[in-house]
Amino acid sequence: MNTITINGTSHELRDDELELSLLEYLREKRFMTGTKNGCEKGLCGTCTVVVDDKAIRSCRMTVRKAIGARVVTIEGMEAPDGSLHPLQKAFIDSGAIQCGFCTPGMIMNAYALILRDPEPARETIRKAMKGNLCRCTGYQQIVDAVESAAKVIREQGLSPKAGRP
Amino acid sequence: MRQDTAFRNDSLAKATGRATYADDVSFAGMLHAVPVYADYVAAKDLRVDAAEALLSPGCVRVITAADVPGQASFGQIEKDYPMLASARIRSWGDVCAIVVAETRAQAKAAAALVKITATPVKPVLTIDEALEPGAPVVPAYGDSNIVTHHRLRHGNPEPLFAGCELVLEEEFTTQAIEHAYMEPEAAVCVPRADGVVEVYGSMQHPFSTRRFVAAILGEPLSSVEVYTISVGGGFGGKDDNAAAVCARAALAARLTGRPVKLRYDREWSFRETYKRHPYRLRYKVGVSSEGKVLAVKATMHADSGAYLSVSPWVTWRSTAQCFGPYAIEDIHADVYAVATNNVFTGAMRGFGAPQVNFAVEQLMDMAAHRLKIHPLGMRRINMVKQDSTTVTGQKLSGHTVSLEDVMNQVVHEIGFRKKYEKCSFGKSDTDELYGIGLAVSYRGSSLGAEGMDFCSCIINGQYDGSLMMEVGIHENGQGSESTMCLILADELGTDLKRVRYRRSSTSAIPDGGTTVATRGTLMGGSAVVVAAREFRQLLSGHLAERLRCKPEEVTFHDDKIWGLNYAYSLTWEEAMRELFLQRVTPYAFGTFQAPPVSWDDTTGQGDAYFTYVYSCQAVELSVDRKTGKVRLLNIVAGHDIGKAINRALLLGQMYGGVTQGTGMALMEEFTRDGGKTDCLNFDKYQIPRMTDMPQMTGIIVENHDPNSLTGAKGIGEPAIELIAPAIANAVYNATGVRYTSMPIRIKPEDLA
Repeated sequence: MNTITINGTSHELRDDELELSLLEYLREKRFMTGTKNGCEKGLCGTCTVVVDDKAIRSCRMTVRKAIGARVVTIEGMEAPDGSLHPLQKAFIDSGAIQCGFCTPGMIMNAYALILRDPEPARETIRKAMKGNLCRCTGYQQIVDAVESAAKVIREQGLSPKAGRP
Repeated sequence: MRQDTAFRNDSLAKATGRATYADDVSFAGMLHAVPVYADYVAAKDLRVDAAEALLSPGCVRVITAADVPGQASFGQIEKDYPMLASARIRSWGDVCAIVVAETRAQAKAAAALVKITATPVKPVLTIDEALEPGAPVVPAYGDSNIVTHHRLRHGNPEPLFAGCELVLEEEFTTQAIEHAYMEPEAAVCVPRADGVVEVYGSMQHPFSTRRFVAAILGEPLSSVEVYTISVGGGFGGKDDNAAAVCARAALAARLTGRPVKLRYDREWSFRETYKRHPYRLRYKVGVSSEGKVLAVKATMHADSGAYLSVSPWVTWRSTAQCFGPYAIEDIHADVYAVATNNVFTGAMRGFGAPQVNFAVEQLMDMAAHRLKIHPLGMRRINMVKQDSTTVTGQKLSGHTVSLEDVMNQVVHEIGFRKKYEKCSFGKSDTDELYGIGLAVSYRGSSLGAEGMDFCSCIINGQYDGSLMMEVGIHENGQGSESTMCLILADELGTDLKRVRYRRSSTSAIPDGGTTVATRGTLMGGSAVVVAAREFRQLLSGHLAERLRCKPEEVTFHDDKIWGLNYAYSLTWEEAMRELFLQRVTPYAFGTFQAPPVSWDDTTGQGDAYFTYVYSCQAVELSVDRKTGKVRLLNIVAGHDIGKAINRALLLGQMYGGVTQGTGMALMEEFTRDGGKTDCLNFDKYQIPRMTDMPQMTGIIVENHDPNSLTGAKGIGEPAIELIAPAIANAVYNATGVRYTSMPIRIKPEDLA
């Protein structure tokens, strides 16, 4: 049986689910609606999830391609005790959230970024996240949030990993 | 009250993915609906053949205009917008049928089998075509393509041009803009046991949505309950169409007796929904040798597209603010909205002001250059000051007219004077041309003479000391609920944690008007103050005895209720318990009515708005001479918003508005070739990305406004309405080339 691991939990995949997009699978089959559908063409970044530590647009990846992979979605960012990931806290405190529709995708792309670069410069953040569109914020406070979350993780010696205390 | 860290009552839910948007809502037995479009721009004798579609697996029903029990067409002013088209097609965005099926995939498959035939007629595609004698008349009502004409007559400019040192005659054009909220439209509608249809929709105004839904159902407003739910952005764009999406889903739910979800693909959203009005603006401006603007004639035409929507109101704002924040004694303006077969145009953040400002703020720079006057001096001698008279004959009194101060602060922050001297004006030793530019504006707050303006608030105290509140303003992502919570906590002197914003619905609070026109904080916030006064008065009356003082001596602060000289106090828990024992409901309802405004349609004179927001934005940029590419280097935005309530969110509105305005200035254009578009998603329609924007600085100027009970005005629209001309002026100062069309597209040959 094919399986997919989402936020640390393994799920068996039915054959008729394999050709669905990962986005559709998450939203319609697993009822995990935190991942948003903004354009369904890989153009806006709202559906970004992290697959094997890389930011992926879930609307453009079939479930088949994610067989055996470790998928992390926005629902998997909090620690088991419910405490927020530093990125989530920083988005809240920096005023990086307005309508919030781009927020899960932004946080997931930022998560992949800080996994590979624990000290991203502002320009690095902008370049890494330019595929994620936001119409509300003008991006500045999102850049602030990513920068400050990376700083908190470094200075407090926290694990950047999702779902860890 | 000043909130220095960001406060949002929904940010935890939004940061964890738990916030529920319309497409996240599901019900057992829910059907799925999709729209069907026809590939016509203008046609008659529309026929929909659903026979084959109905045989498609899972297809439950195909709904056309013939199935509508109420009105198939509706609108905010004219009832001309077809929620379902019948007989006539007037634009490529018209929806001809709704297909309902067990799954979304089945609905899409069946929709492809719906056969639509019609007889094409000659479309009207431009303002000039629409104005030609004998042109086909587009609107269903009336007998002309000129659907609105506003006049402004202030003084008599014509005889004065001859005596002017400089007379400029210029034409400017602006483009259609897609709102491009990140969440496409969606609606889930549920027929309820009590006969009500429940609506969970991605829409900007629950009450406007309710009117559309009730109209299509042919049922009273009380039969429809529209719930507040997280909305993924609106920017003015989630009114008519988003309401129609809810109405179509509600109709499908009514006709099938089952819950129905109608969720829009991005392509449908781009195709169908109204855009920002493209304008053609013609100005004749006479200026004295000292730079005083002596005479102005303005003629504007806005492309209203196939349906009226709020074009009369959009163009009214363009009329009332037809020459920027300048006190001109002799000015005439004629502003027209013109119907065409393009996808219709309607409300978008800025609402008829960004187009005017694009022209006026360039004209000021053009005149300054021609007369060799500094652009700041040119503005300074013409701008409105305290007690100035506007072009509508309104005396600006009763609030602080701070335009000059706001401009000075922005000029100082960005270092305009020194940097202006360094502008390239087309000459540079390298390929990089440098420019700095600015623009100023004033913006009438709230609806002004455009509509009835009032809003209400409910405070519902609980016997454990907690407080529930709701306001007739809708949360679209801008943070209105959070602002209202902060205002109430301040008014009652309570801990913010005590205040819960109740998830509201159209059945819970009276219609407080639409969440538009930068009126949320001003009107909603003032309603909170009115309700809080009522609430305090109620509590004071019933608690005075326990506090050993007179009711008028009771005070509310530090999360307690106090008697005279702090001798006695009650916690909120004790106070609420006391009211319970007195069998009194701790409940207050307050309505704020906007101060009076006035307007004479024949002359365009009157007190157009009861107060104004004063703004200045400046930008530094470089232009690559070889490629024409513009790189933004620095932006400073200053706004007198009366009073800051939620500072981080206020700055976020500024940054976001500037960014949307930058998109309008430099990249966005919703193409409409032959009435159709190839802008159907974010590939062909580009909006600003993280890498397009420089670091921005927001300057918050606070002159508490006596017209607002909190002192606060608003920021939504001022933030977007003037960066485009600032960029255009900076581009000129870099290149020496004037661009009078948006988006500004610099060709390398322009710079040769």
